[in-house]
Amino acid sequence: MRLFFGSCFTLLLAAAIGLGATWLTLTRGVAFGALRIGAWTAWPRSGSVDIDPYARAIIARSGELPIGTGDGVAFYARTDDVGKDLDGRCTFVLSGMTPPARYWTLTLYDPEGRMVANAIDRHGFTSAEIMRDVGGRFAISVGPRARPGNWLPSGGIEQYVLVLRLYDTPIGVASMTSREGPMPAIVRKDCS
Amino acid sequence: MIRMTFWILGALLLGGIVHLSTVLAMPQAATQDAYSRLARVVPVNKVLPIAAPTGQDPIMPFMDPAFAVAVCRYDLSQGTLKFIAPVSQAYTSVTFYTRKSVAYYAINDRAAGRRTIELDLMTLQQHALLPPQEDVTNADRLIIESPTTTGLIVIRALAPEPGLMTMARRTVADARCRVEPLPQ
Repeated sequence: MRLFFGSCFTLLLAAAIGLGATWLTLTRGVAFGALRIGAWTAWPRSGSVDIDPYARAIIARSGELPIGTGDGVAFYARTDDVGKDLDGRCTFVLSGMTPPARYWTLTLYDPEGRMVANAIDRHGFTSAEIMRDVGGRFAISVGPRARPGNWLPSGGIEQYVLVLRLYDTPIGVASMTSREGPMPAIVRKDCS
Repeated sequence: MIRMTFWILGALLLGGIVHLSTVLAMPQAATQDAYSRLARVVPVNKVLPIAAPTGQDPIMPFMDPAFAVAVCRYDLSQGTLKFIAPVSQAYTSVTFYTRKSVAYYAINDRAAGRRTIELDLMTLQQHALLPPQEDVTNADRLIIESPTTTGLIVIRALAPEPGLMTMARRTVADARCRVEPLPQ
């Protein structure tokens, strides 16, 4: 009798631990070979056959197609530079430089990867359409209310994700160090 | 007490096995992966442009809205695939994915170095059956080996400004994929 209850307890606990760990790793986006620069994280290996089982499972579950290594690399930011969540009711300013690439695009998504509806139908910027200063630096305001210059509407949603994709870039292909590129800083300004 | 510790240790070990096997089984069990989503709209061995991800329910999450996208869902069981894509003025790339969304090959317009990206896609077995001299004489013929019989070819053309989207859409819509039956 004792053996029976012991086995039942062990099996139930094993199922809880195993499934719980799987759920946690897949929803938190845990994958190996992450390249972190400031608030930005990329998984360059996810775009190649060297993709690890965790990244494979995450992609199978979400239904997205990772950007191929010969094509480019995608950096995701869910927080600002000090670790605060990107809240659509606040204004965040992205500024600085980007690593060398033929083109880059910046896009705002909700946490599930959908576009966020807004009045001016803008969901991102490309490197060709951004306004820069004389030194080639740029600043993008991400927030709920219109701003002069480069304004990316956040639609006032609770949380969003910024994705900076670098196309035709040497980043992440050969070396995997975090000193590689100057990524834009993300700084929170005011909240409504 | 000691007995309890053993039960818990056993549970931890089994839990680890459950965790690893569910992670490994996920790609096989997934019904909402990119291939399954696209299989509902894209016919086999044809290029079909994909709608821009503007709506609340895009066909795939995290699509780049600055790009025009077209997909060829291939099946190599009836023969090898000939793939041709024109190159747009800005930036064009072609990425190959297996049935399980693993990107195994990607090429962009600059790497292709021509006005069109042209290549042959075949399985390892089909490549092995290819007459050897044919492989040598056509030195500039690009042959890609697909690890799986089915998969996806995704053609992406960048519209650097919203006004250039029509041009980018036209580029991806002009891509072609065609099955070349196996020689008998």
